[in-house]
Amino acid sequence: MHRDYDVAVVGGGLLGSAIAWGLGRLGKSVAVLDEGDIAKRASRANFALVWVQSKGLGMPAYTGWTVRASQAWPSLAAELKDQTGLDVCLQQNGGFHLTLGEDEYEQRTQLVTRMHNQVGAADYRMEMLKASEVKRMLPLIGPEVSGGSFCPFDGHVNSLRTFRAFHTGFKAFGVDYFPERPVSAITKSGGEFSLTTPQGEIRAHKIVLAAGNANQTLAPMVGLFAPMGPTRGQIVVTERTMPFLPHPLTTIRQTDEGTVMIGDSKEDELDDRALKHSISAVMADRAQRMFPHLARLNVVRSWTGIRVMPQDGFPIYDQSETHPGAYVACCHSGVTLASNHAFEIARMVTAGALEPELVGAFSARRFGGEGAANNSGY
Amino acid sequence: MFRRSDQDRRPSLQIFVDGVTVEAREGDTVSAALLASGRDVRRETAVSGAPRLPYCMMGVCFDCLVTIDGVGNRQGCLVPVAAGMQIEIQKGKREIGR
Amino acid sequence: MNAAPQRDAYDVVVIGAGPAGLAATATASAAGLSTLLLDENPGPGGQVWRAIASTPVTARDQLGADYWAGAELVGEVRSSKAEIIHRATVWSLDRHLEIGISIGGASAFVKARRVILATGALERPFPIPGWTLPGVMTAGAAQTMLKSSALVPDSRTVISGQGPLLWLLAAQILRLGGRIDRILDTTERKNYLAALPHAFAFVTSAYFTKGLAMMREVKAKVEVTTGVTELAAAGEGRLASVSYVAGNHRETIPADLLLLHQGVVPNVNLAMAAGVEHRWDNLQLCWSPALDGNGGTSVEGIAIAGDGAGISGANAAVVRGRIAARGAVEALAPAAAAKLSPMAALHADLAKAERGRAFLDTLFRPARQFRIPAGDTIVCRCEEVTARDIVDAVAIGATGPNQLKAYRRTGMGPCQGRLCGLTVTELMAEARGKTPQEIGYYRLRAPVKPITLAELAAMPKTDDDVKAVVRG
Repeated sequence: MHRDYDVAVVGGGLLGSAIAWGLGRLGKSVAVLDEGDIAKRASRANFALVWVQSKGLGMPAYTGWTVRASQAWPSLAAELKDQTGLDVCLQQNGGFHLTLGEDEYEQRTQLVTRMHNQVGAADYRMEMLKASEVKRMLPLIGPEVSGGSFCPFDGHVNSLRTFRAFHTGFKAFGVDYFPERPVSAITKSGGEFSLTTPQGEIRAHKIVLAAGNANQTLAPMVGLFAPMGPTRGQIVVTERTMPFLPHPLTTIRQTDEGTVMIGDSKEDELDDRALKHSISAVMADRAQRMFPHLARLNVVRSWTGIRVMPQDGFPIYDQSETHPGAYVACCHSGVTLASNHAFEIARMVTAGALEPELVGAFSARRFGGEGAANNSGY
Repeated sequence: MFRRSDQDRRPSLQIFVDGVTVEAREGDTVSAALLASGRDVRRETAVSGAPRLPYCMMGVCFDCLVTIDGVGNRQGCLVPVAAGMQIEIQKGKREIGR
Repeated sequence: MNAAPQRDAYDVVVIGAGPAGLAATATASAAGLSTLLLDENPGPGGQVWRAIASTPVTARDQLGADYWAGAELVGEVRSSKAEIIHRATVWSLDRHLEIGISIGGASAFVKARRVILATGALERPFPIPGWTLPGVMTAGAAQTMLKSSALVPDSRTVISGQGPLLWLLAAQILRLGGRIDRILDTTERKNYLAALPHAFAFVTSAYFTKGLAMMREVKAKVEVTTGVTELAAAGEGRLASVSYVAGNHRETIPADLLLLHQGVVPNVNLAMAAGVEHRWDNLQLCWSPALDGNGGTSVEGIAIAGDGAGISGANAAVVRGRIAARGAVEALAPAAAAKLSPMAALHADLAKAERGRAFLDTLFRPARQFRIPAGDTIVCRCEEVTARDIVDAVAIGATGPNQLKAYRRTGMGPCQGRLCGLTVTELMAEARGKTPQEIGYYRLRAPVKPITLAELAAMPKTDDDVKAVVRG
């Protein structure tokens, strides 16, 4: 192992892995520093949507960034397949947010209207559909479904296989992956960063902080700012069943393997070892009201995960003024935005500057030192 | 693979396996009755379609999964037979609603 | 027998109606504590006394005295005031001692002041090439069918592995007129020497004479090959043959049924999901809960008795059940404890019951090659993941079982790691040059057994729960 890299990426989850893969693809020498087996990892707890609809209310730039990511995903999936042989099973034939009862339908309609009225947002053709229209596309919906919003750009992917493909791929690019190396200190001297880990020091000319919620602690070490407001989410998953759901929903999707994932709560509690069955019960209840056939399926697992969530819900991409060469990247939607991270962010880090026209809006300067309300529309 | 010991005096009853009448004994589990039937009762896995038969017979391995009275993926080794029970050998993934 | 619980709170809830659970129930109930006994099987007995109240094997000598020894305890529990529910699957237990129970497709929740886990053991995974073929089963599976349905092998049958249960099963099959073509003994020769220091305790234990007599009985009727160091099952779509190597001898035996056994290991899923701390046991090569002298765990109010507390057999399980229950009585109804056997006497009984265990553990410590497979051999039966897949995942960065899930889905199927967890831990430990303790185990969570979505959906929920899920 050599100890002097072009770039050290702190964090080996989906976000860090995507950037590391992108950097490796551009021929950079890269080290990825990661935690071990027990860690708060959104990469293995996520819902795997490649999602556009309702993203960006309150920040039009986020809508544009998301649409860009969605459009770049097919080339990411193709490149990963060519390089690693792994099919990440990207499916982008549109997705739904279904509503139960008239109140929910009305509320969703208002959200869609607000999105359409937002000045500067990319048009991603999110529209409300009545129950009868939904039924034509999702024949198994139950009588309580009042309708829902549909966006033709929405989709989903096998996120665990994407993670594996990034790790397989970046190894092929020569990226060094160092698990069980949590970073405790970062210093800069003589134009080089030095990262302290329990297993010794790693040196690099540039660093990218991609450590999820831990960025809040790491960023100030290099003159950056990443105010985070994590939340907890629960997911339940069923046994494998024959394909029945041709489109993903915000809260239900059938994986390429056949399991049905049902999400997802948003709780302030941050203990990811505990589960609240009564919350799983609400998710299960809503799922079976949306698709009565689901009622008899067996739930084989459930879990909680901690969302990586910048305080206002929108991504943070920033570069340090006091420590040139230090970057921070964190966002909630590590799956949706993976293509942007692999292609755009990696390119910008390589070039040595974040591009204001693409990601200027995501600078942490927007916080002015304090977080705003979370209104990402997630 | 298995036969019943002559000393077994339990009353017999009829179950149906893929529509065919099979004799079982009161107190058999579904899996035991299937293995005793002499029929080909191999299921196919949901992952690759590989053939399997029960492995542990004590509720931990899930290789005895079977459709019982229209409900898929039941652990046959934990369910006692009942007269008239309809058993179907599962081929691959369970169908939704079954 | 399989109605919902009559109350929503009990002094003591015992999970598992094998030797430990029955003894715990009898003790707690005798002391006047409200006691609920939950068990997944149709009748009491656990695995060792499986179907003791219903077995069609009526010739008493065929199952043996150790089997029928359970009848008295079953009678004691049945005549006690304890509530007993069979075909009850406990799918959740948390640190507040709230227990989720699935009975007849509906879930009930009860609260306990003390929980005694007596979830027993399951067979150690025996991941040889071809172990997923139809016709390959555990020895315990054959024994379950023998006890509960008087079924015996009647086609070409090979039994392979090691340990007391293997010989007991062989004897029982022969007594009931079943067929065994060959026994392939995988006990490592070097273990005989290693076990020697424990031999005195063993030859003066109850195991010794019984064990010898049983081996003699079996060897008189079946060809036994010892020193087996390689083993594989083969066939197209079902078992056709078993191949082995012993010394310089390599042979392939045509077979329709292969029964595997290399000891049992604690069934840890429910305890781990409740947050009970476990440690790697280097002698028994499995995870065992960290316990105080009375079976108390790291979670206040939860005790573990029987083989789930570390393997030591049925006699010890009975005593450990009584100890754990006495502990509950001392805490909840100290006055009633005076009626029970004193703790010191119970611990003396336990020492006696555990005599000879170290010898057995050492002699029958399974060989490395039968625990840590290579190449195309399947490790995770549910998700069909091979040893090579796991080693490959380690090579690109998987550090432990939980990261491995992300790379390969091991342990994510319905068995929830019961059939692959130990293999995964040991395989990753070897691949990474770490100890199993350092590698760790799957993080387990409820439901520890599958329940239907409808069952989950029917649970009580508050407005706050709804708000945590429903958002524009």
